[in-house]
Amino acid sequence: MTRTRFHQELDELKHRILAMAGMAEQAVDLAVQAYSQRDMAMCQRVLNNEPAINRAEREVDEFAVDLLAMQQPMAIDLRFILAVIKINADLERVGDQAVNIAQRVMNMIEQSPKELPVDIPAMATKVRKMVRDALQSFIEGDTDLARRVLEADDEVDRMNKEAFANLSRCMQTKPDSAVQALDALSIARNLERVADHATNIAEDVIFWVRGADVRHRAGQTATRI
Amino acid sequence: MPTAVEVRGLKAWFGKTEALHGIDMTVESNHATAVIGPSGCGKSTFIRCLNRMHETNPEAKAEGQVHIGGTDIYGVPAVDVRRRVGMVFQKPNPFPTMSIYDNVAAGLKLNGTRSRQTLDEAVERSLQQAAIWDEVKDVLKKKSGASLSGGQQQRLCIARALAVNPEVLLMDEPASALDPISTAKIEDLIFELKQKLTIVIVTHNMQQASRVAEYTGFFLMGDLVEFDKTEKIFTNPSDKRTEDYITGRFG
Repeated sequence: MTRTRFHQELDELKHRILAMAGMAEQAVDLAVQAYSQRDMAMCQRVLNNEPAINRAEREVDEFAVDLLAMQQPMAIDLRFILAVIKINADLERVGDQAVNIAQRVMNMIEQSPKELPVDIPAMATKVRKMVRDALQSFIEGDTDLARRVLEADDEVDRMNKEAFANLSRCMQTKPDSAVQALDALSIARNLERVADHATNIAEDVIFWVRGADVRHRAGQTATRI
Repeated sequence: MPTAVEVRGLKAWFGKTEALHGIDMTVESNHATAVIGPSGCGKSTFIRCLNRMHETNPEAKAEGQVHIGGTDIYGVPAVDVRRRVGMVFQKPNPFPTMSIYDNVAAGLKLNGTRSRQTLDEAVERSLQQAAIWDEVKDVLKKKSGASLSGGQQQRLCIARALAVNPEVLLMDEPASALDPISTAKIEDLIFELKQKLTIVIVTHNMQQASRVAEYTGFFLMGDLVEFDKTEKIFTNPSDKRTEDYITGRFG
């Protein structure tokens, strides 16, 4: 009763979502690079690549639903497919956040550069590492690495709060920088959301491998920024 | 929930071959408990020990404790045990020459019931409980059990088992020879029946186990590897061997 073909299809599902993950990760990298280099062409590439991510999302979903319907998976296989469906949605949202960042960067490029009290590249480095680690934990089924991604989210939240405080002050004290500060604030917020999606992916990896639901950590209070 | 069946250290042999290596299991009343595992793992032997059918094989013996409703079933006559613990088999086995009515009434008659009214009432009640009354009520004494379809024959066998008001119903792959519609009827029936009695079902169909049973035990080579709530077994089993079996990585 071994189910060789089914397990080959699970491998294929993993292969497809990793291909999509590559596109979403690259979109964030490109958007962040566009910010640092003030490069309009890079922003345009992020926008142009988004339909491919959306298409990949639909294809992965369809494949996963077919496997659920046709193979009636159990236990770790069932958890894997459920995790893939959720990770798929998170990756598509990562692609959306990259587009949001690119659009804000396009606004900024149209104006003369201003000195802003925020280190977007430093925040982006943390966020990109979270995404990379979340995907690596998925590739290897490594729950220790996934847990480290959850821990890293606190630092990104802290950086986002700091960016909010500094940029709000900047908007009040330097009105001529207000528009750019607002764009930078949105970019920090978008990066923080990418980190949240990386966290979701890490939680889904833990669910897949261990069968444990670690979402919404107990005792944690939501903080409004 | 009270305990319907308490099994402790149950061992069973066929000749010198030990088929069960000391099984412990607590089956709760008014629930369905599924027993799954690969061929030859001992699951059928296990349920046949629960009504002392195992020992009908001259080579076979069993050792250990099985309490049903608090009674040690190996301390009372086997015939008394089988009155309290009904059984339905993979292949429907109605008495072929008997009418539908006589098939259901047979157990009661064997137990000495002679009153026509009592028999009529028990036959109707049992056929209704087995969800076949409407299909056969007009031909009860005209048609034989063998004239019915496979699915109807199986529900007739369930009615026959229910006629003597058992506390526990053992089902050994009761739907494996049936089409999907008849299978669905048997599964609906299990859902209804467990309001009144306790069901232990052996099945090769894991989707069926997950649909009908609150608890599931996984047997492998004569051992009960894992016994837990069905949703736990099928979503996140504790033992790697259970996971490998239900995900089709061996078997």
